[in-house]
Amino acid sequence: MPAASIEFQNVRKLYGEVAAVNGVSFTIAARSLVTLLGPSGCGKTTILRMIAGLELPTSGTIRIGEADVTRIPAAERDVSMVFQSYALFPHMSVLDNVSYGLTVSGQTRAQAHEKARSALATVGLTGLDQRLPSELSGGQQQRVAVARALVLEPAVLLFDEPLSNLDARLRRQMREEIRDLQQRLGLTVVYVTHDQSEALAVSDRIIVMDKAVIAQEGAPRELYAQPKDSFVAGFMGEANRVRGTLRRNGATDGTIALGPLSIALPHRGIADGEIDVAIRPEAIDLVAAEASPLAGTVRKAAYLGNTMEYTVDTAIGPLFVIHGRVDRPLAVGASVGVALAPHGVIAIPPG
Amino acid sequence: MTDRRGAVAFWLAVGAAGFLVVPWYALQDSVFTLGWVPHFTAKEAAPAWLQATTHGRVWLAPLGALLAAVALLLAPGLARTLRANALIAIGAAGFAYFFAQGFAIGPTGWYLDTLGAALPPLTGGQYGMGLGAVLVVAAFAMLFAVGLAGRGFFKGDAFVAGSVVAVASLVVVFTFFPVFRILLSAVEDASGLFSLPAFHARLTTEKIWGLGCVVGQTRCGVAWNTLALALLCATGCTSLGLAFALIATRTDFRQKKLLRFLTVLPIITPPFVIGLGLILIFGRSGLINQFLEFAFGIQPGRWIYGMQGVLLAQVFAFTPIAFLVLIGVVEGVSPSMEEAAQTLRANRWRTFVDVSLPLMRPGLANAFLISFIESIADFGNPILLGGNFGVLSTEIFFSVVGAQLDQGRAATLGIVLLLFALAAFFAQRRVLGRKVYTSLAGKGDSGLPTQLPDGVRRLCYGIAIPWATLTVVIYAMAVVGGFVETWGRDYTPTLRHYVKAFAIEFTPNGVIWAGAAWNSFWTTIKLAAIASPLTAALGILSAYLLTRQKFVGQGAFEFGTMLSFAIPGTVIGVSYILAFNIPPIEITGTAIVLIVCFIFRNMPVGVRAGMAAMSQIDKSLDEASTTLGARGFTTLRRVILPLLKPALVAALIYSFVRAVTTVSAVIFLVSAEYEMATTYIINRVINGDYGVAIAYCSVLIVLMLAAIWLINYLVGERKLGRRAAGAPRLATIGRNAA
Repeated sequence: MPAASIEFQNVRKLYGEVAAVNGVSFTIAARSLVTLLGPSGCGKTTILRMIAGLELPTSGTIRIGEADVTRIPAAERDVSMVFQSYALFPHMSVLDNVSYGLTVSGQTRAQAHEKARSALATVGLTGLDQRLPSELSGGQQQRVAVARALVLEPAVLLFDEPLSNLDARLRRQMREEIRDLQQRLGLTVVYVTHDQSEALAVSDRIIVMDKAVIAQEGAPRELYAQPKDSFVAGFMGEANRVRGTLRRNGATDGTIALGPLSIALPHRGIADGEIDVAIRPEAIDLVAAEASPLAGTVRKAAYLGNTMEYTVDTAIGPLFVIHGRVDRPLAVGASVGVALAPHGVIAIPPG
Repeated sequence: MTDRRGAVAFWLAVGAAGFLVVPWYALQDSVFTLGWVPHFTAKEAAPAWLQATTHGRVWLAPLGALLAAVALLLAPGLARTLRANALIAIGAAGFAYFFAQGFAIGPTGWYLDTLGAALPPLTGGQYGMGLGAVLVVAAFAMLFAVGLAGRGFFKGDAFVAGSVVAVASLVVVFTFFPVFRILLSAVEDASGLFSLPAFHARLTTEKIWGLGCVVGQTRCGVAWNTLALALLCATGCTSLGLAFALIATRTDFRQKKLLRFLTVLPIITPPFVIGLGLILIFGRSGLINQFLEFAFGIQPGRWIYGMQGVLLAQVFAFTPIAFLVLIGVVEGVSPSMEEAAQTLRANRWRTFVDVSLPLMRPGLANAFLISFIESIADFGNPILLGGNFGVLSTEIFFSVVGAQLDQGRAATLGIVLLLFALAAFFAQRRVLGRKVYTSLAGKGDSGLPTQLPDGVRRLCYGIAIPWATLTVVIYAMAVVGGFVETWGRDYTPTLRHYVKAFAIEFTPNGVIWAGAAWNSFWTTIKLAAIASPLTAALGILSAYLLTRQKFVGQGAFEFGTMLSFAIPGTVIGVSYILAFNIPPIEITGTAIVLIVCFIFRNMPVGVRAGMAAMSQIDKSLDEASTTLGARGFTTLRRVILPLLKPALVAALIYSFVRAVTTVSAVIFLVSAEYEMATTYIINRVINGDYGVAIAYCSVLIVLMLAAIWLINYLVGERKLGRRAAGAPRLATIGRNAA
């Protein structure tokens, strides 16, 4: 079955009185990789499980391709899932794990084994067919789980925080492999994570969830550069939140006064007056005290190898700063000037 | 694929077979002997459609009409929701009507006169339900479940829906209905009419609640006897169990393995072994009395018979169970807690009193309540050693089988006993509900358990070692007793008792099982072997539904499957007699009633073992299986069951062993045709034929050990790679066996 699109129409899921997902609508295009991103308890995993059919919505409609699958049980949906814990069957060999879905749907063992071997080759895992899952490393288990889901050639492939059990180094490698696989095979993939850098790295589009509703949906660059509110700004990477005063001076341009600083940036349709402003830590430059009108005092300093992290007290509030000049660290108590690069300063629409 | 027409067609076929082909009513002989085939038009053996058309039992016709309506739903073009709704309606209607007609119309027409007055008279009545009726009602229940699944209940899984409906219906029929029936009997007077005064008179009688013994006159009521015995027994068992548990975990006692073996003993011990052992030592012709008479000329007394004897036997029998509960708790007290106390300058005594003991308190409460429940439900020891000392379980027995034959009285006593048991059961669940093993964190605990303070250690040894020795002596007596002529008079070694019970003659015409015990022996094995897999299957299935599925009414479902655990065996026995002696469900005197009784009494253990095992299996395994296209049944068979082998073994062993050793419920349900080993033994004991009784007990122990080995061998181990295969923890299953 070719990759299919997914559509949610006003889907709600209640557990007793509590709404885990509260009226969510979105469309995921076929052959795209979409990430559901949000803090724990925001409803992202519930959405994933409703796509799989492991939970049925309280109200609303779910479509996969053209078909309404709202009431169709999981076993009858053309959807596969890679679980956070991998959920490999501990009593079955690697080959039996991957063949399981095929034999359940009535294929012979020989047929199933053949397809399973080719799926294992697709994920780059050969020669381990007869091992039991407990005899594999974490990365290998991950690959088996992906192969097991892939072998059914599902219309939709789901990943539930697939990298959370891997160490940092392996995580990057696996996430690149998943993206590569998705592009190569033209799969529709929905991917749940709470790690924004993972989401930014792999996604065509990201759906940011907060408190059971969608906070913002868009391409990765869009979400990072133009967050709709302070929650999205804060969740998509670090952000210092300060207050500033906006003055519009044209169709799109505006000026923000931040204490003694004045910065030109798009006003994004926000009315004049006092507003919230998000400042990315990497957009802040620390210069000589006399080189900037905004003075600051270094309160904390941490050496991270490739960058320095500072907390600087200023007139507009304490600012968290990521600074590239590792060779000339600033001491705690040093007086500095604070300069801002316009690309990392974002006017937040009032919520 | 998703319209479920296959499932509908299957269950329609089952229902049609039940309605059109096989006999509707129960036959004298088993329906599977096919003796009915030549007479299948006869009044007794006809299927339902013939009963309705030619034998005047028109009230069966609507069932056929409903089944015919199901056939219409097989039309291919039908909308899914319409079909599902129709199935729900027809299934529910058929199910309800089936029981309505069953309970409304008895052998002689309308059961209730009020119904008879309002409705037209019937031509003849009906008998107990047979195979046809069972198939039809099963079909209606399952069609109802298929409909529910089609509407999206139970996540659309027809297997899960069907299982829930099936287990719930069975529990209602075989647990709730008998309990309801016993309540009903208690409020009926002698002529079967509702009468609160009769109930009041029975309930408040001096015989139950009298306090004569306190002021030194006559005897006390049986309710007080039961309670006093249970309290003493629970106190004794808990103290002894604690002493053993402390020795096993907090001393360098060398024979700890031996202590562990003690925990398995009560599980494979037939109910009379300890009582018989005590009689052989303390009885009139027992060793002690013999010695006293020989040495000092003291006339042998009957002092072992009475409360003290029953208490002694119960404490011997149930201490291992208390030990089993307590060892888990004592081991669960994290050594780091005690080490923390010691680094805070507490000495060993203070550590023990201030830290260890309080942490064990919930476990002590649990052990106390479990021993309490065991004691009030016990039947074997009081009947053997009680003498004039009556308790509720034996009084119930005598009300039914004795000269009194007063079912109302039996029912009333049963209710009192049931209330005691339920109160203790709920108290125990509350204790367990609060975090018992508070110090058992998920984190790895290193460190060694603190050694006991010297005084406590000496006390524990002082209590436990003599007791353990006595236990060994009792079991030894119980074995030796089978090999001597007559205990107390003639100690000549003999195989006479074994020959009498288990003689086999090899004649030219074949082998003759000449021994007197063979009949009950084979019956016991046969029924236990039938009941055990069914019990395990039902228990594991219920556990699967409780832990792996979510559905409305799950709490009630769990309560239902666990309830029979709290009901003492004698109460079950009486309630089964009351409930299943008359149509529509007329199965007393058959093997079915015994099997059903075994299944529903022992199922809770399977549920528990299954739930404990399943809680260790990651739920995403099921979900992975589901997203890979497997339905509930496939997942259960290919993923869960292979991982559940240890629990399966435990459930199979337990249900087999319990079926062999149980006496309290079956004593009401056995018949001449189906006599069980335990009831045979008790009859030998009543006749004073101790030799045969003891010989039989020894054979049963061997039989059960063989069965345990066989089950382990048949089910096999699970393979999980490097991880060691989990051995079945038989011992933990025995806990809480009421």
